[in-house]
Amino acid sequence: MNTLFGERKEGATKIVLKSVDEYPEAPVTLGTTLTNFTGDWRTFIPVIDDSKCVKCYICWKFCPEPAIFIREDGYVGVDYDYCKGCGICANECPTNAITMEKEEK
Amino acid sequence: MAEYKPIRKVVSGNYAAAYAVKHARVEVVAAYPITPQTSIIEKIAEFIANGEVENLEYVPVESEHSAMAACIGASAAGARVFTATSAQGLALMHEMLHWASGARLPVVMVDVNRAMAPPWSVWDDQTDSLAQRDTGWMQFYAENNQEVYDGVLMAFKIAETVNLPAMVVESAFILSHTYDVVEMIPQELVDEFLPPRKPLYDLTNFEKPFSIGALGTPADYYEFRYKIQRAMEKAKEVIHEVGKEFGERFGRDYSQMIELYRTEDADFVFMGMGSLMGTVKQAVDVLRDEGYKVGAAKVRWFRPFPKEELYELAKNVEGIAVLDRNYSFGMEGILFTEAKGALYNTNAKPIMKNYIVGLGGRDFTVSDVRKIAENMRAIIEKGELDVEVDWYHLKR
Ligand code: SF4
Ligand code: SF4
Repeated sequence: MNTLFGERKEGATKIVLKSVDEYPEAPVTLGTTLTNFTGDWRTFIPVIDDSKCVKCYICWKFCPEPAIFIREDGYVGVDYDYCKGCGICANECPTNAITMEKEEK
Repeated sequence: MAEYKPIRKVVSGNYAAAYAVKHARVEVVAAYPITPQTSIIEKIAEFIANGEVENLEYVPVESEHSAMAACIGASAAGARVFTATSAQGLALMHEMLHWASGARLPVVMVDVNRAMAPPWSVWDDQTDSLAQRDTGWMQFYAENNQEVYDGVLMAFKIAETVNLPAMVVESAFILSHTYDVVEMIPQELVDEFLPPRKPLYDLTNFEKPFSIGALGTPADYYEFRYKIQRAMEKAKEVIHEVGKEFGERFGRDYSQMIELYRTEDADFVFMGMGSLMGTVKQAVDVLRDEGYKVGAAKVRWFRPFPKEELYELAKNVEGIAVLDRNYSFGMEGILFTEAKGALYNTNAKPIMKNYIVGLGGRDFTVSDVRKIAENMRAIIEKGELDVEVDWYHLKR
């Protein structure tokens, strides 16, 4: 994924462990955030209306996960592998360009 | 293998612990002084000051909570780590004890058993260590200074094999400050017995970074708890093997988690832990001469709990007098609860009675054991208990 601020490493796949023997012996994080997706905690999902966006990047600054990225056209996008649905971006957006909608799973 | 010629030194239990730390080539000690543990860490500090140990970092901290936190950090980084504490200090560590076991770090600690306050007390009592029962730490109870020394060395080997922390417990003053001959093992033989630690994960591999003990959601937490229990079960085998190896190399066999003393053909046995059992063994000899068929069962390892060995013992005796130098308020002595619980679903049903003895350092002597033996014999003859929990020393 290319953004103005660099490139997200490819090959990120979430690790799902099915049996106790697949787990590491000690509770080490199962990889880094590259493979530890916070996106599956989400109930609500931010939806961005580009027509209301003024490219202020307040949402980018406030997002507690590295989930908001700046697209090459200057608008913002959401990396859904990491967006945990906290709604901070929607709360902070000065133009109400972001709405939180219940995600269908 | 070099030939084993023990080095005999007359030392206190605390110095025995400090020498074991030195011989185990511990790399980090973080500790806070608390009576009666203080002379352990003073001795270690002295070793460092005199240049008698290499590569041993002593981290002076401002509390026991910090001591354990520092131990956890050092152990996570791969070091062999030690600390020591007592009573209120151990209680202050409680929260951190979970972090060590949960993260599967083989920290070894000596707890000098001391009564919990108030009233303020510095004397022997096992309630401090037994209150840590559910923290995921293994617990070894030493009967004498020799067992403190041997226990610390074995604890490192066992802990580092199963990746769980271990506590070696000795009695306040009765062992900690009382001098006795201890057979120490020459350094090169300790080195053969206890090679350098191989950490489970290499936290210093910066090519492959990871974190320990970070968030575990409901999807993963459960499995890690099960792994701790599985490691505890495995520890029973490892304790057996390491204890046997120790016996083969150095002549003192610790392969049994419950040490049985004159229990074959015994009608009933006294069961307990720690220095108390030295008195009991002596009393057993006296009582045997007086015609009592009695024995002693010293529980060396309280965690993991030796259920299977207890069952083997309980099958063959009519009664077990459980001597608890500790108490769980609202219930009974802690070892008593454990022992009864372990036997409930078996067909071994000896009469079991709980004697609360020696709390807060109250003296417990051979003649006390004789009185208990008389009482046990009467109970067994009658086939029923007078009381289940007997506050033996109570001034009535
Ligand atoms: S805070 Fe709102 S307006 Fe500003 S960049 Fe984000 S979406 Fe656009
Ligand atoms: S909902 Fe929260 S995590 Fe998701 S993009 Fe917005 S601020 Fe980031």
